[in-house]
Amino acid sequence: MSGGDGLDGALFNRLFALFLIVSLTMLALVLAFLAAAWFRRGGVRQDGVADENGRASREPLLRALLIGWTALIAIGLIGLTFASFLTDRGMADAIPPDRRTINIIVTAKQFWWDVNYAFDNEPSKNIRTANELHLPVGVPARVTLKSSDVIHSFWIPNLAGKQDLIPGRVNDLVLLPNRTGVFRGQCAEFCGIQHAHMALDVTVESRAQFANWLAAQGKPAPAPASPLQKAGYLYVMNRECSGCHAIAGTAANATVGPDLTHLMSRRSLAAGTLPMGRAGLYAWVADPQGVKPGNNMPYVGLDANELHAVTAYLETLK
Amino acid sequence: MRLPKGRTGCLSHPPLSPPCIQGGRLACALFLCLGLTACDREQRSLNGQPKAETIALANDPRDLSYQENSYQLSQGQRLYKWMNCSGCHANGGGGMGPPLMDDEWRYGGRMEDIVRTILHGRPNGMPRFEGKITEQEAWQIASYVRSLSAQQGQDVLSARPDSMSASEPPTLAERGKVLPENNLTGPKDEQN
Ligand code: HEC
Ligand code: HEC
Ligand SMILES: [Cu+2]
Repeated sequence: MSGGDGLDGALFNRLFALFLIVSLTMLALVLAFLAAAWFRRGGVRQDGVADENGRASREPLLRALLIGWTALIAIGLIGLTFASFLTDRGMADAIPPDRRTINIIVTAKQFWWDVNYAFDNEPSKNIRTANELHLPVGVPARVTLKSSDVIHSFWIPNLAGKQDLIPGRVNDLVLLPNRTGVFRGQCAEFCGIQHAHMALDVTVESRAQFANWLAAQGKPAPAPASPLQKAGYLYVMNRECSGCHAIAGTAANATVGPDLTHLMSRRSLAAGTLPMGRAGLYAWVADPQGVKPGNNMPYVGLDANELHAVTAYLETLK
Repeated sequence: MRLPKGRTGCLSHPPLSPPCIQGGRLACALFLCLGLTACDREQRSLNGQPKAETIALANDPRDLSYQENSYQLSQGQRLYKWMNCSGCHANGGGGMGPPLMDDEWRYGGRMEDIVRTILHGRPNGMPRFEGKITEQEAWQIASYVRSLSAQQGQDVLSARPDSMSASEPPTLAERGKVLPENNLTGPKDEQN
């Protein structure tokens, strides 16, 4: 029911209670009117002719009631709109300005999440990953939400309510996780054929673990060691893959698809479609359209040797 | 109107007889069935390469699966931006590369010509994309490139094209005679 374990839980619960009270009152009134109408029905005589006199005598009362009713609805709706506006602003301002926060920019694409950790004072520390969020427990994270194609919705039920990502607009959300764990996020606005396979792995960890993760993500990819890995590296650099993917420390720097620099450190492949691992990698690289039909990575058609090589290289991207 | 004794209230007011209601239901059902005939969806082929080439020249049979198909066309539209065609051709208006929304083709404007241009490059600066994009993607882009000069039906175009597009198919439109008063502002082609 609530906004979860996040920062906005209390505010959200208050808003929910308000909505509940107002709607229950209105429901009770509607039912009362219905019951009154039922018991006082009449105005049609046995022979089917309307009882004009009886109705006319009640007209002024009826009119007063209707005006009152309309006013009540208007006031109720305006009040609720105002309350949710205040709650929304309250959530946005809930962190004191002097408190340290993490800035994360999440860009939704059909059908995956592009995640950027932005450090305004040290841009060299910025990192780019995909389909996962790591958050230190107890530290507010300011998430900026964008979309590059259609409307998506960012939803981590355990941490906060939904927030839409709208092309051409910037939305924001503050997450304040107060216990560690692994949670699932999910796109919550139908965005196309693979909407169901658009998940986000959220790991809330201690500050030390988070710092380790951040440091590891900041490193470039290692050079390929074995001949097989080297062959895979050459394929990735010279063929289709580098037109869409980026691998830090190499010439591949396209942003059409997810950043692959630390691919193997993620929990899942292709936005929660497959578990991370050698089997998943083989399946994905061999035929992404078979695994996730309609996603934006094409079937490239590698032969068996190329597939072994590319997978061996991808496995070095820890 | 006198109602039969015993029936009171509003329910008895609309004088609809049961046969009349049934007739209405039947008509409704028939009408809804008509809708079924409109359920023929365009085919999306997500997987694999274009079908093999069976005729070397002239209209390639693969045209059929990529032209007039809004899914392939809109994928082509994305790839056009993703593969940075727009870097040299802008959104069809041309830049360092020639404009693609006019009716002039240096190397031919049929699907197979455009695919060949994309995959093999052209001598005066058009890079070769073979191995950088798949053959299927080249066909998708070609479908989009043809829509820039309005050679695809309006109904297959993306609902929100972010780029310019020629409204009338310039290659199909007959070139009007240049009348003297038109000469005041220059040849017709430069006006639009
Ligand atoms: C046209 C662009 C394009 C090309 C070419 C391409 N990819 Fe992808 N790739 C994508 C997109 C888009 C996704 C995200 C798909 C999704 O989850 O919906 C993706 C996802 C992936 C993933 C999973 C990443 C993750 O974090 O889950 C891997 C691994 C991958 N691609 C490897 C490759 C390899 C290897 C090649 C070359 C053989 C390649 N890609 C070629 C666009 C491309
Ligand atoms: C580096 C700049 C550059 C890029 C990138 C580029 N082009 Fe070109 N393109 C050119 C140039 C220059 C020509 C003219 C070649 C010539 O005349 O020999 C051309 C020619 C063409 C033609 C032939 C036009 C005609 O009149 O026949 C087509 C079609 C075309 N490009 C499509 C594309 C597509 C599609 C892409 C993206 C996949 C693309 N180009 C990317 C520079 C570029
Ligand atoms: Cu979605």
